[in-house]
Amino acid sequence: MSHTHMTHTPREMISVQHLWASYNGKPVLEDINLSVRELDFIGLIGPNGGGKTTLLKVLLGLLSPTRGQVRIMGRGPQVGRRHVGYVPQSVEFDRDFPISVWDVAQMGRLGRRRLLQRYTARDDEAVAEALRSVDMLDKRGRPIGALSGGQRQRVYIARALATEPEILLLDEPMSSVDPQVSTSVYELLRELNERITILLVTHDMSAISSHVKTVGCLNRRLFYHGEKQITPDMLEAAYQCPIDLIAHGASHRVFPEHL
Amino acid sequence: MIEALFEAMQFTFMRNALAAGVLVSIACGIIGTFVVIKRIVFISGGIAHAAYGGIGLGYLLGVNPVLGAIVFSVAAALGMGAVQRKTHQRADTVIGAMWAIGMGLGIVFVDLTEGYKADLMSYLFGSILAVPSNDLLIMLALNLVIIALVALFYKELLAISFDETFAIVENVPVDAIYIVLVCMIGLTVVMLMRVVGLIMVIAMLTMPAAIAGQFVNDMKKMMALASALGMVFTTAGLWLSYFLNLTSGATIILVSGTIYLLSLAVKPLFRQI
Repeated sequence: MSHTHMTHTPREMISVQHLWASYNGKPVLEDINLSVRELDFIGLIGPNGGGKTTLLKVLLGLLSPTRGQVRIMGRGPQVGRRHVGYVPQSVEFDRDFPISVWDVAQMGRLGRRRLLQRYTARDDEAVAEALRSVDMLDKRGRPIGALSGGQRQRVYIARALATEPEILLLDEPMSSVDPQVSTSVYELLRELNERITILLVTHDMSAISSHVKTVGCLNRRLFYHGEKQITPDMLEAAYQCPIDLIAHGASHRVFPEHL
Repeated sequence: MIEALFEAMQFTFMRNALAAGVLVSIACGIIGTFVVIKRIVFISGGIAHAAYGGIGLGYLLGVNPVLGAIVFSVAAALGMGAVQRKTHQRADTVIGAMWAIGMGLGIVFVDLTEGYKADLMSYLFGSILAVPSNDLLIMLALNLVIIALVALFYKELLAISFDETFAIVENVPVDAIYIVLVCMIGLTVVMLMRVVGLIMVIAMLTMPAAIAGQFVNDMKKMMALASALGMVFTTAGLWLSYFLNLTSGATIILVSGTIYLLSLAVKPLFRQI
């Protein structure tokens, strides 16, 4: 089985070419190029406001790029996102929302059922399987507001898994989770990575490089070369000196921005 | 006391009033649950007040003001819903303006109307004791429409209430579902107008659902409990107002408000279970 992976270049899951995007009129992403291959596990780090969430929004078809092209499994994002399981940043959250763990995970099946179609036994199986894989099936009846941050994160991952995705996109997956729990969530992601391609973004660079296969830095521009370690060059490029490139590589002036 | 109850029940107006209270409570419990959990209380208040423009227009054109209110509240629902979704900044300001413009229009339309303006106040403060049997049938029909729509689009309504972004990613037609929701709010507002009046609609829409939300963890149960509470509040408020000779709409609101405040006080006790 592993021979197929050895002999062929893994197929391209996400392709981003010369992507520019702005948010509320301000340019946030500049000339992003990224190729995500099957079973990659990529962590992108970057400061807050560096465009991490914007990049995910573009990949999910929630925000149109101002320039450039995005393909998910060879299709535009609004079609290609059918293959994507999305785990959002869970900061805004209403603890009183009347919903159970099961009902949250079941939302992962929405894409499979059209309007007026009921969920089927097949959907129940997929939801149960997803909850089992994150070890939350026994808490299926609990209200989501009664869970700890780590448990809630697992439920969101289960919801993404219930879509039966080929790609997982995670936005700050450890933002509401304490350090020991974050290790166990990373462990879960590593297991999932045996069959699912993963791309996650975070501002927390301490944990990330020991858990992902490759890392990149994102701060308006993307510094990613498929490397395992974050190099000082990448960090310097991403964090210290947002480079303002005026005209193609002609004269680039470096503005030291406020830290 | 019991005798007085039976005596009162001899009157058609009292039987109709009780039936109206029960019927609006169903719509209130279902739609109020969405209003509370989706946090669109402000929009709902706006829809209710803008509906007064339709009342005024009804007077001016000499047609049934309730028809005017339906047109205005649905139009306001669509307009405010669009503003809420399409403008990223200051949506509340625009909605507040539409809220006031609707009321202003209503007042000016009434000014322009010649002759005696019968029971204008009843639309503002409710007139549950004057609900004709025909209106009960309209309320029943609206309830059936609301129940059918919520049952048909339940999974989508739950999804856009809990996590709209995820619903979009799953290709749920979020905009269309949202339009259905705000239109149902508009229709509920018109039903409630008869019972508590436009000014207090928002209280009746939110309080039963808010109380229910403190004690159940499931949206369907929240709807059912909110509907049941609404029935208790309208019935209790109606009897109190009858015996104490008070305005019924306001009495119903005060009964609801008292229980709501009490529920907030006892909530911490239930939390620990």
